Amino acid sequence: MDFEDTPQEAKFRAEVRAFLAAHAERRKPGTAEGYRTSQSAPGAIERAKAWQAKKYAAGFAGITWPKEWGGRGGTPIEQVIYNQEEAHYVVPRGFYEIGLGMCIPTLCSWGTAEQRQRYAPPALEGKEIWCQLFSEPAAGSDLAGLRTRAERQGDDWVINGQKIWTSGAHYSDYGILVARSDPAVPKHKGLTFFFLGMKSPGIDIRPIRQISGHSHFNEVFFSDLRIPDSQRLGPVGAGWQVSLTTLMNERLAVGDAPGPDFSEIFELARSLELADGRAIDNAAVRDKLADWYVKTQGLKYTKFRTMTALSRGQTPGPEASIGKLVSASKLQEIASFGMDLLGQAGIMTDEQTMPANALFQQALLYSPALRIAGGSDEILRNIIAERVLGLPGDVRIDKDVPFNQLPTGKR
Amino acid sequence: MNFDFSDELKSLRDQARKFLRERNALGAARRVIDGAGPYDKALWQEIARMGWTGAAIPEEYGGAGLGHLGLCVLAEELGHALAPVPFSSSVYLASEALLIAGSAAQKERYLPKLASGAGIGTLALAEGPGAVDAKALRASVVDHRLSGAKLPVPDGDIADLAIVAARGERPAERGLSLFVVDLTGPGVRRETVATVDPSRSHARLAFDGAPAEPLGAPGEGLALLRRLFDRAAVLFAFEQVGGAQAALDMAKAYALERYAFGRPIGSFQAIKHKLADVYVAIELARSNAYYGAWALSQEAAELPVAAAAARVAASEAFSLAAQENIQTHGGMGFTWAFDCHLYYRRAKLLSLALGSPREWKDRLITHLEARNDSGLGGAIGIAP
Repeated sequence: MDFEDTPQEAKFRAEVRAFLAAHAERRKPGTAEGYRTSQSAPGAIERAKAWQAKKYAAGFAGITWPKEWGGRGGTPIEQVIYNQEEAHYVVPRGFYEIGLGMCIPTLCSWGTAEQRQRYAPPALEGKEIWCQLFSEPAAGSDLAGLRTRAERQGDDWVINGQKIWTSGAHYSDYGILVARSDPAVPKHKGLTFFFLGMKSPGIDIRPIRQISGHSHFNEVFFSDLRIPDSQRLGPVGAGWQVSLTTLMNERLAVGDAPGPDFSEIFELARSLELADGRAIDNAAVRDKLADWYVKTQGLKYTKFRTMTALSRGQTPGPEASIGKLVSASKLQEIASFGMDLLGQAGIMTDEQTMPANALFQQALLYSPALRIAGGSDEILRNIIAERVLGLPGDVRIDKDVPFNQLPTGKR
Repeated sequence: MNFDFSDELKSLRDQARKFLRERNALGAARRVIDGAGPYDKALWQEIARMGWTGAAIPEEYGGAGLGHLGLCVLAEELGHALAPVPFSSSVYLASEALLIAGSAAQKERYLPKLASGAGIGTLALAEGPGAVDAKALRASVVDHRLSGAKLPVPDGDIADLAIVAARGERPAERGLSLFVVDLTGPGVRRETVATVDPSRSHARLAFDGAPAEPLGAPGEGLALLRRLFDRAAVLFAFEQVGGAQAALDMAKAYALERYAFGRPIGSFQAIKHKLADVYVAIELARSNAYYGAWALSQEAAELPVAAAAARVAASEAFSLAAQENIQTHGGMGFTWAFDCHLYYRRAKLLSLALGSPREWKDRLITHLEARNDSGLGGAIGIAP
């Protein structure tokens, strides 16, 4: 039992370190990064594109992708090593994860050789950004309940309907879309999968203002959008199977919750004076700090166990599924407790006045999103119960009923 | 990255699991709780013959020299099986105390007997409800004779020797010191005490001039106990993780077999989400325990922090798993006939064995503060 790299892994890590040291700025200790707060800053997209191009040129984009897709043909453990090292640097994040983590792998799995050739390299190089048009106002966790219509007209499909929670739709060049091509069959059987240019006529993108005040997500409306049949991925009616390819990749693409973690709340407790002395000397505070430390370390070493499996060429066990479930609610608790420690002034959001540049206050308002996005807490518990513990799936009253005969609510 | 047990130790774990299942160690725990005696002597002897009791004791003292990683995988399986044997007292406490504090002569004298299982050791520390520290403890040694009372002492009614924490007689020894006491000798009276988990026996020991042999330097008792507890915490954590996993397995099996409202209760999200939460708690505890195992096996400077985190996570995971196992079983979980209560009892027993989770949380934060003040890495930025 040790924490050492294999000789090949050590060599790869050294290459990564040399690349990062030459091209990026190292993060200062104790400066946790908030949740995608920098994405709307002026010039953010240009900086992200320039960084992605550098990674591509050095062979660190698409580390696990096959060489024929323009990737490195490397191993999952190499991707983990790269991510570990990159986390020490201040680099643009959040623009390419969805496209490279989910959209292009789906396109490469189901598209033609020409389509792979045309779309994979520019996406990897950062020239083209992709988004994912899946969720709808009436179809979130129950994605197969989506209502956006796709109707065949000659060589085209005509799309009408609405998508929601589409990250990056406003700056994306392309998107992947799943829509209902046959409402008269049960819900999983009537879906078809496409990709499309996001600048096509018939698309209206409107930002959603979140409780944090930021607008990371969009609503996307389609009115008579035309998609050529050549941009269909998979057979007509097989959209659910294609979507599963994407969603399997989502589990790998969605990481831990960003923002204040144990070290930030520990530092805050050490520096604050309460009415009865230092916060960290208070028994109730120590009790909570210990809980978060134990969870933080538990997640860290769970990842090390996953890495060990990868390093040995094995498939990681089910323990890999707990990261987001644990870290998202821990973040929400830490944010809230950090503000509690600050007393009446805890409500203030001014970065100059507040400890940790008001990270606790920001996290209070963005942390609810992390418990919902990329598989809600409830869906993740279902996944653990069914796939890890082997408990039965939910009783599904909608499974064999034609979609257009299902009851619908007011929302 | 190689953060896992070796193939050899995994195969040892599999053998241990197979043996304890075929030997029906859980059934043995039930017989003990039904009054068959303070422990399963035959099981203890079989375990000893396989060399488990000497797993981490060096070969020169009659052990198997497997190291502490080997002891960790055995502890997990003994915890999984709820084995009713004095393993934790004799191995994690008495043998470890002799290994860290004993002179060469003491090691030669006592360890071979403990390694072979011919003798049973234990630690006698608490003196009733309340704190366990230099102010609270009254037992004292004058002229190599021990007087006072200790309770509860794990396996105190069956052990042959005890490591006893007591006050010395000279001013320099006013702090606590450790002593080795022969429990079969003169000046020792013992009686079994009732506890929430009779599958692991405990006793009240009354000493009246019992011969006591110093272990470690005089006045160093508390420091030695802290070191001992860091080591034992990791081993207890593996027992607790094993027990928690067994309780979850039991709940899962019942949730698949028991039908209500026309379907298995395991298909209801109220049960699925409950058991998913138990699974998550166990995995976090297992990962913390693995790190503790690494720190223990390497004698790493991080051991106090790693041990406290492992201890807290494992105590809470086992308590959660045991109580939700009863809840999943409904009314049947509350009967003597079902095994749910065996896990529930053991979970509480183990969580208090080295001090409660509350005390260990406090200790954890104290260690983190000390590490930060000493500049040895940030709160999280510990090696590796």
